[in-house]
Amino acid sequence: MEFFIITLIKAGLIAGVLLTGLAYLPWLERKVIAHVQSRMGPSRVGPHGLMQPLADLIKFLSKEDLIPAHVNKFYYVLAPFLATALALTSISVVPFGPQIDVFGWKTNMGMTDLNIGVVFILAVSSVGVYGIALGGWASNNKYALLGALRSSAQMISYELPMALAIAAPLLMVNTLNLRAIVEKQQGSMLDWNLLHGPFPQVFGFIIFMIAAFAETNRIPFDLPEAENELVAGFHTEYSSMKFALFFMAEYGNMVTVCCMATILFLGGWNPIWPSEYGSNFVATLLFGGAAAIMFYHGFNPARPKDRITLPIFGTVFAGIALVFQVPFLAPALQPLFWYSLKVGFLLFLFIWIRATLPRFRYDQLMRFAWLFLFPVAMVNLLVTGFLVALFTK
Amino acid sequence: MDLLLFFFFAFLAVAAAINLVVQTHPISSALSLVGVMGSLAVLYLLLGAEFIAAVQLIVYAGAIMVLFIFVIMLLNAGAEQHRRAKLFPVVAGMPALFAFLALASYTISKMFPRGLPAVKFGEFKGGGAGEIGMAIFTKYLLPFEVTSILILVAILGAIVLAKKEID
Repeated sequence: MEFFIITLIKAGLIAGVLLTGLAYLPWLERKVIAHVQSRMGPSRVGPHGLMQPLADLIKFLSKEDLIPAHVNKFYYVLAPFLATALALTSISVVPFGPQIDVFGWKTNMGMTDLNIGVVFILAVSSVGVYGIALGGWASNNKYALLGALRSSAQMISYELPMALAIAAPLLMVNTLNLRAIVEKQQGSMLDWNLLHGPFPQVFGFIIFMIAAFAETNRIPFDLPEAENELVAGFHTEYSSMKFALFFMAEYGNMVTVCCMATILFLGGWNPIWPSEYGSNFVATLLFGGAAAIMFYHGFNPARPKDRITLPIFGTVFAGIALVFQVPFLAPALQPLFWYSLKVGFLLFLFIWIRATLPRFRYDQLMRFAWLFLFPVAMVNLLVTGFLVALFTK
Repeated sequence: MDLLLFFFFAFLAVAAAINLVVQTHPISSALSLVGVMGSLAVLYLLLGAEFIAAVQLIVYAGAIMVLFIFVIMLLNAGAEQHRRAKLFPVVAGMPALFAFLALASYTISKMFPRGLPAVKFGEFKGGGAGEIGMAIFTKYLLPFEVTSILILVAILGAIVLAKKEID
């Protein structure tokens, strides 16, 4: 009974945080891309456009939920739900931090702790293509169908290098449990699978990230929704909340993939250097520095309203900086800080690349997967296996 | 709880399998097959074979069936027409089905010796990745290698056939 209650609470917490995060990820993306292109980005709804996700949600909810004529109604409705459900399922096995003590309850940060966590995520993400494929097919639209076809071909092709890239660090840590994988990488940055011997997984990480871009249909691999060829690809016919569900699935998959990369290659919630050498103070310093800058500009205001708003936000940030030093909260917050820092950096990488690179051509996409990425991943796996067999007992 | 889950997913698997045959549209049939694979994966999981369950999902539901659906979409196959039922299959089919079921259950019950302990859910611990790897590379090494040669031959065959198309 206890187990069910705790799991329910954790599920609620994770779902709440995740869905809020998923709502703000598009805002972040629009802001970052805008600044890359010397624009302002969303700035009308709330300060710095911070209420934009809420406005978007109201728009999605209040738009007419259109079901076009001649679609296969059952699969047309099923597809977006399938996509979102599968995207959110894989988060349930991702650990966010070590075991913590909450009022005497020892519990893991993260919902479940599977022995086969890595394989589970691979399984769920390999089934995730059905949402897109069915949505495109059921729409009874040639652009949607072409998008769906492209997406299923692309996801099958890129799953192989992705699985091979994942297999290499698994050889080094010798477990499939995501929590155990992170615990094996304890210590400094040099103990992460990315840099740890016998064969640092730099190539593995790069292959994984490239395949991850393709698996989540992001630029430069977003051919299933290439707007100048296919209108909007597989979700051309979708509107209102169903479109929002597809949108959410894409961002959910992005978060999962970034969590996977963090756990497998970047040492999960382990800090960059051990806490004996003061990595506990990084969070405090970052937030404290931000607070100090805000206070400085608050007392030397460039605009009249800065005199009020900046000191308020400065106080909030100083408060956050101090929270990281509270002995009662630190064991939970410190790992969470490092974890979100790494995942956040990878998410930023996704956005950064979207703002930078053009789209592949379809034949280039396939040739790249089968003739370059797959052989390289294979060689990476072979070399890793050989060196692991040679240097570890 | 385990028993309840078992019956639910066993029922789901059989229902999806029947639906697979009944449906006229190829996509519906293919998706029913995905349902069968998914339920089977859950049954494996209930028996403690977690790795096999995940691989079942990855290989069958995630790769093979996606390929099926890809082909169905590519050919844009429409719904089949129901033919008018003929008299002979209707009259002879049912008794033949029952005879086959009886024969099969008799053979299976003869194959296994009596007095085996009943299956307890969650008791079997040999379903992890490590145990399966150990079994494949020690006890079942020869069948494993023979299978890989078989797959290699199949790949070569596929390449030869594809080449012929191109030439």
